[in-house]
Amino acid sequence: MTPASTSEKGPAVRRRERPKRSRLRNAPWTPYLYLLPAAAFIALVFIYPLIEVVRTSLQVPAATGGTSFGFTNYEFMLTDPAFRQAVLHNLILLLSVPIMTVLALLFSLLLWEQMRGWKWYRAFIFTPYILAIPVVGLTFIYLYSADGIVNTALEALGLGFLTRDWLGDPRLVLPSIMSVIIYRELGFGTILFLARMMSIPTELLDAAKTEGANWFQVHRYVTIPQMRSVIEFFVVVEVITMFSWVFAYVYTMTKGGPGFSSMILEFYIWQNAFEFQSPGIASAVAVVLMVAISGLIFLQVRVRRDESGGDAEH
Amino acid sequence: MAATRSTRKAKGASRLGTILSHAVLIAISIVALYPIYYMVITAFKNRQEYLSSQFLPPLHPTLQNLREAIAQGDLLHWMLNSVIVTAVSVLAATAAAVLAAYALARMQFPGRDTILSGIVSLMVVPPVVLVVPLFLLMVHVGLINTLPSVIVVYVGLTIPLSVYLLTNFFQALPYEIEEAARIDGCSPLGVLWRIVLPLSAPALLTSIVVNAFWVWNELLIALVFLQSNESRTLVAGLTLFQGQFQVNEPLVMTGALIATIPMLLLYLFGARFFIRGLVAGSGK
Repeated sequence: MTPASTSEKGPAVRRRERPKRSRLRNAPWTPYLYLLPAAAFIALVFIYPLIEVVRTSLQVPAATGGTSFGFTNYEFMLTDPAFRQAVLHNLILLLSVPIMTVLALLFSLLLWEQMRGWKWYRAFIFTPYILAIPVVGLTFIYLYSADGIVNTALEALGLGFLTRDWLGDPRLVLPSIMSVIIYRELGFGTILFLARMMSIPTELLDAAKTEGANWFQVHRYVTIPQMRSVIEFFVVVEVITMFSWVFAYVYTMTKGGPGFSSMILEFYIWQNAFEFQSPGIASAVAVVLMVAISGLIFLQVRVRRDESGGDAEH
Repeated sequence: MAATRSTRKAKGASRLGTILSHAVLIAISIVALYPIYYMVITAFKNRQEYLSSQFLPPLHPTLQNLREAIAQGDLLHWMLNSVIVTAVSVLAATAAAVLAAYALARMQFPGRDTILSGIVSLMVVPPVVLVVPLFLLMVHVGLINTLPSVIVVYVGLTIPLSVYLLTNFFQALPYEIEEAARIDGCSPLGVLWRIVLPLSAPALLTSIVVNAFWVWNELLIALVFLQSNESRTLVAGLTLFQGQFQVNEPLVMTGALIATIPMLLLYLFGARFFIRGLVAGSGK
């Protein structure tokens, strides 16, 4: 978002002059004083819990009363079918990432043509993203219910044999939840991609057109390669989302059910901590989730560094 | 983001292509808007009418659901809680982030780059990882079922993104004015307050709007820390509301609509900033 021209020449000039000035004017502890309020909140909300969660995960009630330390919570976790289901379902949810990416690319490419009314389409497509997930979830409970619009529409189209209990059928519940996630997140991808496209110079596109490339070829070989970093960013954000931000969907729509058929890691953690009163098990799974996310980020940074420089996160 | 426009002519899409594009975009717009349309029409129907049609706008619009929702649930109370929680946490997070970002953007000190990348990397920590220890802590200090419990957590969780956005913005501001003010004897805090902040309205609004959306819509933390009826936020209360009145679709959709309207208003006012904040994360 920052104008590239200013940020390019700015730091070089500043970096040369600043140390002198700051040593003259600021006490050495001044910057840390400025950082203090933020640091206090970060220590309380991130650092302390991250340490505590590891400790709690290793804590086991001892037979003699009191607690001892060990890997019992992790052992329980590995043998719990609900945990395995949760991991599997989070992995299945990852399937929505390529679907969303392709759809968001398609819609942003269409919007990029800036035909009449494109700003309206853009606003409409983005709207679901501003809705609270529980609001979306509640609405889709009704849309997916036995006499909801999805089934009614299927019947009206003469496809009555396709009507299903979308959130009640163990085999369909996960794809149904996935569709709701895609419904809400697609607007984010579309806006993100469109913003980047707007800054792509058109010379190459024109050249490709003059050479007789068709719509698909132009975008496949000219536009999309230039969008590489933003696509990568979106994929990373959404992969993280599928592991660590889908609780609200599952909580509002299915509470992990029927059975374990929509159990996911976040819900498993929440349920163990607050329904089954086993903070130890919840913490063990939380640690595993944190390690998995860190591993993913590490991989992504490695891949990214191999290609170019730049910052990655959300 | 700035150098836009004028891509249109260059591409000169064929007529058939244009029609096809419109068709696809109209179809996806209908899908995107239908659930909202459904929410709105259902909120103004009585149950009989709802059962007879879920597609048509209400023939006999009624405010009965609205009255009932306000009378039966604690929606207004929850909404007040949400307003307080959102306003206080967003303001506190922004204040803390402004100070931190100013130091990170404008001062030279050992560990600066490490601190910045450390703060930025916290954005990927899943809240569910933090929630168990924080819950035990809040129980210990007796803050469960009070608004400060979630406010503290929301401030902490929104600081990394705010610091990231503001640091980038401050770094791109021209340093000359600040320099002149410093030479004239203005303190760093004075420079920040009188010169940097007035120039930073877009970045501040971006950070405020993005965080306000996030806090207002947050479920997990609100659910865990606010378990008493009086302390709930609107979005968390809504899930409870749904459990209570499940078979009364119009009533539940009225609650959903009430929870959505403030964010729709914020979106209409701050769409620009919201979108800028989302896009800013992608870097460069």
